[in-house]
Amino acid sequence: MRRLVFPIILSICLFVGLMTAWDVSIRLLKVPSYIIPGPGAVFWALYNGIATGLYWEHFKVTLTEVVIGYGIGLGLALVLGSLIAVNRKVEFYFYPYLVMFQSMPKVALAPVMIVWFGLGLTSKIVNVAIVCFFPLLVNSIVGLRSTDPDRINLMRSLNASEWQIFYMLRIPSALPFIFAGLEVAIVLALIGAIVAEFVGAEHGLGMLIQAMTTTLDIAGQFSILLVLSLMGLTLNRIVKMLGNRVLFWDSSRRSQKLDTKI
Amino acid sequence: MQDQSTPANMTAAPVAGAITIKNLNKVFDTGSGKVVALQDINLTIDEDEFVSVVGPSGCGKTTLLTILAGLATQTSGTAELRGAAIAGPRRDVGVVFQSPVLFPWRSVLENVLLPIDVLRLNRSEFVPKAEALLAMAGLAGFEKKYPAQLSGGMQQRVGLVRALISEPAMLLMDEPFGALDALTRENMNLELQRIWMETRRTVFFITHSIGEAIFLGDRVLVMTPRPGQLKLEIKIDLPRPRNLEMMASPEVGLYMRQIRECLSAKGGIG
Ligand SMILES: Nc1ncnc2c1ncn2[C@@H]1O[C@H](COP(=O)(O)OP(=O)(O)OP(=O)(O)O)[C@@H](O)[C@H]1O
Ligand SMILES: [Mg+2]
Repeated sequence: MRRLVFPIILSICLFVGLMTAWDVSIRLLKVPSYIIPGPGAVFWALYNGIATGLYWEHFKVTLTEVVIGYGIGLGLALVLGSLIAVNRKVEFYFYPYLVMFQSMPKVALAPVMIVWFGLGLTSKIVNVAIVCFFPLLVNSIVGLRSTDPDRINLMRSLNASEWQIFYMLRIPSALPFIFAGLEVAIVLALIGAIVAEFVGAEHGLGMLIQAMTTTLDIAGQFSILLVLSLMGLTLNRIVKMLGNRVLFWDSSRRSQKLDTKI
Repeated sequence: MQDQSTPANMTAAPVAGAITIKNLNKVFDTGSGKVVALQDINLTIDEDEFVSVVGPSGCGKTTLLTILAGLATQTSGTAELRGAAIAGPRRDVGVVFQSPVLFPWRSVLENVLLPIDVLRLNRSEFVPKAEALLAMAGLAGFEKKYPAQLSGGMQQRVGLVRALISEPAMLLMDEPFGALDALTRENMNLELQRIWMETRRTVFFITHSIGEAIFLGDRVLVMTPRPGQLKLEIKIDLPRPRNLEMMASPEVGLYMRQIRECLSAKGGIG
């Protein structure tokens, strides 16, 4: 019992201590509240935002963009990744372009997406999908290629078709890599959605931050940052938990398979 | 299968054996030169015959097995299964590989049922049989475990059971008991003999153990390395079912000596 209670008390103390330090230091240094608001103002803004239903409305929009874009990015990455991993010709013709796109900061495409797809959901979803696509594609290709040749030989000896080898062996073998990509991509997805909302949107938490700039509501912006962090953390946890559940058999689960930059 | 006159004298080969190999060569072209893995192999294995193969490490046993399994092609010569040139893997051939090659995401039972899934047969019909085979291999109660939870020897036995589940007419086995302790190994030998006597089939059985080769085989083939050649064939004239006491008999002693001499002439067993 003490073992459980003690750490909880400690983290509460730490939290209260940090908040007090924040509050005291901005008072002592006389930082104006339109530069850095105090914790009280931030939590008040958060409470107001939630109580009026304003945050929830925009939260739903951003979450929708993230989830749908993530799904589309994953689907495309799996299809193209499979084609590239299995077919050397496809790789030969497409890989140079992929390398080129890979080294480009994808969020820079956001303004173009707004021009093409308008201020609504579509442009955000497309942007999220693009941002998610590359780490997922690279991990799918590496994963699908990592199949143990002995296992392929076993499947061949059983007279398995290439399609059976693909879905009974290659896909499960690639899953640890794909999940490593999914964990990276969920964070990128949120960034993609927010950046696209900054560029031009009618709804969403990113648009709300942008709108608060004009009214100099810094406390409000901080409170949305808090919401976004919690959203990112939760989504990342969900993907990790899903991975642990699907990959219960993978003993090397803790090691990250591939690092991919934005 | 039916056209066999099953001659009492096995050395008089029937028209089309289960396995017929003529002037077979296999050369690996590696970056650092050519490796002759198999040189001028000639061999006929009869339907339902149990043939053991012994030889030092690197003499080409696995290479020969992968050609028979249709997973690799020879450089020259012919290899036929039941009169037909080997063009690829076949459904009537089961293979037990040198390493267990299990799928870690499948439970023991699911691994055993893999050939059934590949053949798109109804899984549930084969579950009782899979459970019986697993029990025979000393794995009762492990059906729901995953490969990572088993010892190396247990994994190898799962690999063996998997090869037996679809009842292939021909079994190619690459050191299936290599990772087992002596006691389990003897039990597995007895079980394999029992299974083979119950449901006769052609078996091509690779091993490092001369004793195991003699105990199980109707015939023992001895291979020597660099280049991989078939050096000696000994017909094992022991009644079946064979038991462990027979292994101390003077006949077996004689077989052992012949095989050892053949192997030591080329530098001993690896
Ligand atoms: N894919 C390959 N490429 C090049 N050389 C190979 C290849 N496979 C086997 N060899 C060579 O062929 C020879 C025979 O190999 P093989 O695996 O058949 O031996 P083995 O008799 O099964 O040995 P062990 O008892 O250790 O399993 C070895 O010299 C090996 O180096
Ligand atoms: Mg071998």
